[in-house]
Amino acid sequence: MSSNIQPASNGLFWTTLDAAANWSRANSLWPMPFATACCGIELMSTSASKHDLSRFGSEVMRFSPRQCDLMIVAGRVVMKMLPVLQRIWLQMPEPKWCISMGACACSGGVFDTYAVVQGIDRFMPVDIYVPGCPPRPEQLIAAIIELQAKIQKTGTLRATEFADRTTPEGPARFDGDELVRIRDRNPVQFNLPVYDPRH
Amino acid sequence: MMNSTEPQKIALEAALSAVPGPRAWSTFRDSLRLNIDAISLVPTMTRLREVGLNMLIDLTAVDLLEYADATDRYRMVYQLLDTESGARVEVRTHVNDPEPKLPTMTTLWSSANWMEREAYDMFGIVFTGHPNAKRLLLPDEFASFPLRKDYPVKGRGERHNFPVVTRSES
Repeated sequence: MSSNIQPASNGLFWTTLDAAANWSRANSLWPMPFATACCGIELMSTSASKHDLSRFGSEVMRFSPRQCDLMIVAGRVVMKMLPVLQRIWLQMPEPKWCISMGACACSGGVFDTYAVVQGIDRFMPVDIYVPGCPPRPEQLIAAIIELQAKIQKTGTLRATEFADRTTPEGPARFDGDELVRIRDRNPVQFNLPVYDPRH
Repeated sequence: MMNSTEPQKIALEAALSAVPGPRAWSTFRDSLRLNIDAISLVPTMTRLREVGLNMLIDLTAVDLLEYADATDRYRMVYQLLDTESGARVEVRTHVNDPEPKLPTMTTLWSSANWMEREAYDMFGIVFTGHPNAKRLLLPDEFASFPLRKDYPVKGRGERHNFPVVTRSES
């Protein structure tokens, strides 16, 4: 129980509205599973009986963003999927939080290719990052407990704490031509082993 | 010793005798290859379809840029199968920049539909007469052809070209 909720001598509790709202929000997170890759399997395992995410007050996975307040992005996000992800995020009602689960969602992981977004935090806000490839269910549970602590620490009744986050929170945006320049600095080596196209 | 593909080659050569254009046969691990010019692709493939190669298993392209001996830029590879006898033939033809263009095979094998779209998507080879000639995998607004060898592996910044949603406005 939050330290902001104090028992009074006559058997009643007194608290602030913020703390009461935070306490209830933090302990009934409704995750929206945005599972696009193998991290999704760990996400399913986390909510299944063995690891049992419901012990920590966030078992109600809903596949409609209108009913959720925690987006868990589990897996790599490609160019075609990013507008979908942003749209789903915008459809979720306030207050809402986002967990970026796994190396691919956090940074693109090993998929440093033309089509894979190099970290969702470049284009949408992220509250908690979970490293790993894929992370263990325990790591996701730890992230959710961490997020609960964050909600209890920073949350407000009317969710005004989000208004301050006006700037993009991810790494600085790539210059569009930077990758071309990298390629120019490291030109194709024409003395590579030669493959006979006719075998 | 006679090569195991030799009877098949003789039979196909006889079937194709009316088709003009140069043909070069080769063998790789008991499978027969036929190299033809792009101009004789349609009559050759039509004839091969008639003699029983009724399934187009695979259709793909290869970018031969930076290959030492290559004389052409793109190679199209068609894998054909006769589902009754099990005979297989690989047909190869070549196209070049600036406008790599080939007739579609969807009129002969409808399985060519998506495979030609993918070849266009990745290599920019245009298939004239294709019923649905648009990109298969990449977004429609994607401007390049990423499996060409002169395209950088990390792209030209397409993956960064999105609006940023900040927390205060979402």
